[in-house]
Amino acid sequence: MGAKEENDAHGNILPPIEQEIVDELDTKVKKYLRGESANLEVLQDKKLKGQLAVREQLYGKSAKAAAKIEKWLMPSEGGYLEAEGVEKTWRIKQEAIAREVDILSSRNQYDIVLPELGPYTLDFTPSGRYMAAAGRKGHLAVVDMKNMNLIKEIQVRETVRDVVFLHNELFFAAAQKKYPYIYNRDGTELHCLKEHGAVLKLQFLRNHFLLASINKFGQLRYQDVTTGEMIGNFRTGLGRTDVMQVNPFNGVVALGHSGGTVTMWKPTMAAPLVKMLCNQGPVSALAFHPNGHLMATSGKERKIKIWDLRKYEVVQTLPGHAKTLDFSQKGLLAVGTGSFVQILGDFSGSQNYTRYMGHSMAKGYQVGKVSFRPYEDVLGIGHSMGWSSILIPGSGEPNFDSWVANPFETSKQRREKEVRSLLDKLPPETIMLDPTKIGAVRSARNKEKPTKQEIDDDMQTAAEAIKGITMKNKTKGRNKPSKKAKKKQELIAKAKRPFLEQQLKEEESLAKKKQKLSEQGELPSSLQRFARKKTT
Amino acid sequence: MKVKVISRSTDEFTRERSQDLQRVYHNYDPNLRPQEKAVEYVRALTAAKLEKIFARPFIGAMDGHRDGVSCMAKNPNYLKGLFSGSMDGDIRLWDIATRRTVCQYPGHQGAVRGLTVSTDGRILVSCGTDCTVRLWNVPVATLTDSDDSSDNSSEPLAVYVWKNAFWAVDHQWEGDLFATAGAQVDIWNHNRSQPVNSFRWGTDTVISVRFNPGEPNVFATTASDRSIALYDLRMSSPARKIIMRTRTNSISWNPMEPMNFTAANEDCNCYSYDARKLDEAKCVHMGHESAVMDIDYSPTGREFVTGSYDRTIRIFQYNGGRSREIYHTKRMQRVFCAKFSCDASYVISGSDDTNLRLWKAKASEQLGVLHPRERRKHEYLEAVKNRYKHLPEVKRIVRHRHLPKPIYKAAALRRTMIEAERRKAERRKAHSAPGSIVTKPLRKRRIIKEVE
Repeated sequence: MGAKEENDAHGNILPPIEQEIVDELDTKVKKYLRGESANLEVLQDKKLKGQLAVREQLYGKSAKAAAKIEKWLMPSEGGYLEAEGVEKTWRIKQEAIAREVDILSSRNQYDIVLPELGPYTLDFTPSGRYMAAAGRKGHLAVVDMKNMNLIKEIQVRETVRDVVFLHNELFFAAAQKKYPYIYNRDGTELHCLKEHGAVLKLQFLRNHFLLASINKFGQLRYQDVTTGEMIGNFRTGLGRTDVMQVNPFNGVVALGHSGGTVTMWKPTMAAPLVKMLCNQGPVSALAFHPNGHLMATSGKERKIKIWDLRKYEVVQTLPGHAKTLDFSQKGLLAVGTGSFVQILGDFSGSQNYTRYMGHSMAKGYQVGKVSFRPYEDVLGIGHSMGWSSILIPGSGEPNFDSWVANPFETSKQRREKEVRSLLDKLPPETIMLDPTKIGAVRSARNKEKPTKQEIDDDMQTAAEAIKGITMKNKTKGRNKPSKKAKKKQELIAKAKRPFLEQQLKEEESLAKKKQKLSEQGELPSSLQRFARKKTT
Repeated sequence: MKVKVISRSTDEFTRERSQDLQRVYHNYDPNLRPQEKAVEYVRALTAAKLEKIFARPFIGAMDGHRDGVSCMAKNPNYLKGLFSGSMDGDIRLWDIATRRTVCQYPGHQGAVRGLTVSTDGRILVSCGTDCTVRLWNVPVATLTDSDDSSDNSSEPLAVYVWKNAFWAVDHQWEGDLFATAGAQVDIWNHNRSQPVNSFRWGTDTVISVRFNPGEPNVFATTASDRSIALYDLRMSSPARKIIMRTRTNSISWNPMEPMNFTAANEDCNCYSYDARKLDEAKCVHMGHESAVMDIDYSPTGREFVTGSYDRTIRIFQYNGGRSREIYHTKRMQRVFCAKFSCDASYVISGSDDTNLRLWKAKASEQLGVLHPRERRKHEYLEAVKNRYKHLPEVKRIVRHRHLPKPIYKAAALRRTMIEAERRKAERRKAHSAPGSIVTKPLRKRRIIKEVE
């Protein structure tokens, strides 16, 4: 990269502070380059090489500019919590933090006690401005988190299992006793999605406008909320589960099953993309890192595992049970179990999660859901007695992008954004394990089947190799030349057999195919009128 | 214990007064924008579709001539002025902005065959089949839109009668000579009633002439003996000539690379040549279904427009083998002349149906003054479209052009014929002794010989 080379060139003569800055910028540039540059040396075409070199240079420049902007121009800085002396960060209580931070932030620590209608589950809008809370016994509420206004609360008088916001705060979907429903902000019921059945868990794919649900019978359904079209309906065949999570990096939906497997699905394929055995016991919770490379799973056998999704390997196994898991924007992992919430952090940079903070709720509260609030250092906890909010310094992304998710969005901006996001709505085919593959060139396909000539040649060489062997002399009576020749012929036939068998098999399959085709194509003329009409 | 948490006060991140602009913050972190490639692809697809939706290239027709338009000339000194001559001897000056005739120049008895304007834009030279060359004064006053009186006619400055009918005329760049083509090539001065010089190479009629924009003394002609010849005024005899298999109707020099010119040929193709190396075309521009009648380069030198006998006009990249754009209407007949406007944003065609037609050079371009945000948006869409142009869906939409049925059929037939020819040649080669048949590339195949 042009940008990098420049830095290296006068890296030696810089004073230490500037050197540090250069190093920091270098790591940032790497992030914005989005991977390695193409290898142009192998190209034969000079014209193409020149064009690509110019483009690579441009990418380098823009990455450098973006890194500089991040370094110098961002309006806010991230939070942190540092222990001094013998202190340990995981021993620091929320009350201690409350004393140190400003009033505005300390307002984010609270417990809402609603003992009758719990346990509660939560969902935040992508900007972190609004929260939907759903009590198991039918309580639905939308809260503006900026000024803690209760926008609307309704009582639906039946079981509510899950709630998700759709593309903005105006709409949310609730999984109720028999069907999921879509409500608007005023609490008006807009749709009853009967096709989904009794849904246990809902997820919304923002870029695709798809509502994914898993119902009691283990059926995964995708519905396009803009057109109402049912995009996919798959039987998982792995039993009832309420563990479902969307990978935000690629839009793949992951399900955790009672057999300990995790399956990953896309709406255009009826079979799972990935089926991995993650835990020995039933999978109880699942979470994805926002960069899409890490997945955390927990099983009932009291193990939390962190997986690298590029290699599908365990990175780390932690002891402990989790009812619910969530990754924050900065990669902290919240683990909720019983009445205790633990926050794990990766501070070495080598995907080694260690404990960072902890928080115990009042005794008897059962944590049902933990969810980090985007763009804030706040963790929302839904539990059996209402919901709570605690401060987790360093969990949220400090700088928002107004065009991506704006916590201070006005209604006009929201309207414009809705139109824009609808224009950029992705088709369901763009959900794939590696979304960077779009627009890339597929590497040259493996060589096709060997030709008949090649097979013959292989067979001949195998036979020749046998002919070359000198036979061992046997004991008297068994060493006749005729016997030797016979033995050799047998060996040659043995060497040739696999090739011949292969050939035979192929011919058979070809014949079968031909027969099938002819059966379809040529019916007796008297029967042809009964043949199925070809769709044109 | 040191602790800091994110804390944003509303005052800091929102505007103070309602008249202020909304504050916008950026964070270019890739993690905030998942699936950005897919989003870009969708945007590219949308951009391609929008381009198709907004492709309305036809701006208007200029009618007034009473016979087919045979030739046109643009005024190099005045953007809105365009001269056109018709088969009945009528010459008109058009104001392109209002699409009206500003001035008429009556006088020619037969068809006007050539029109050209001097580089300073003062004098219009016309010639025709009535064996006359006429010099006209270009009215400067009317060009300022001061008076609105139409059918403003004027008298010629001079009328020079000569021995033969003329087929074309072109004025020298930065000089006061002009060349006419007919039975021979004659070089004229504005002030002399007889040619100052004449060139003759063979007995056939010269049908077009074009001066080089970079070197004022060099010009190229095409003749009905299928030749393209290069001349230098400083030499007494013609310089070089190539003979092709079919006749070249017109040529145009690339104004930005003045050693290159493109020839519009009868065999439906255009051939770009380097004047220094005539044994091989630099590029063959295919696409038309009938003889290409006229060609004109854009002032940027990156593309050119061709008008054809198949009732379409096409725009080609200077190095593109296939046309970038194809324009046609139901009412447009055989196109005899086509010109790029001097600002490279319009194309004007003159056809047999007595009309001049004004087209946009980029079919979906937004005309008028653009807001900077609009411009940035257009640039962004152009960039994503360019980035994903190789993907099949985008490519299909960008490439698709609707063609009138006869042209579509003719193209299919032509493709079949070319394919059959190719197959036959291939078989013939396969069944002959190796090396006895040499296939020439298309760039050389149509050239018969080069004469010094």
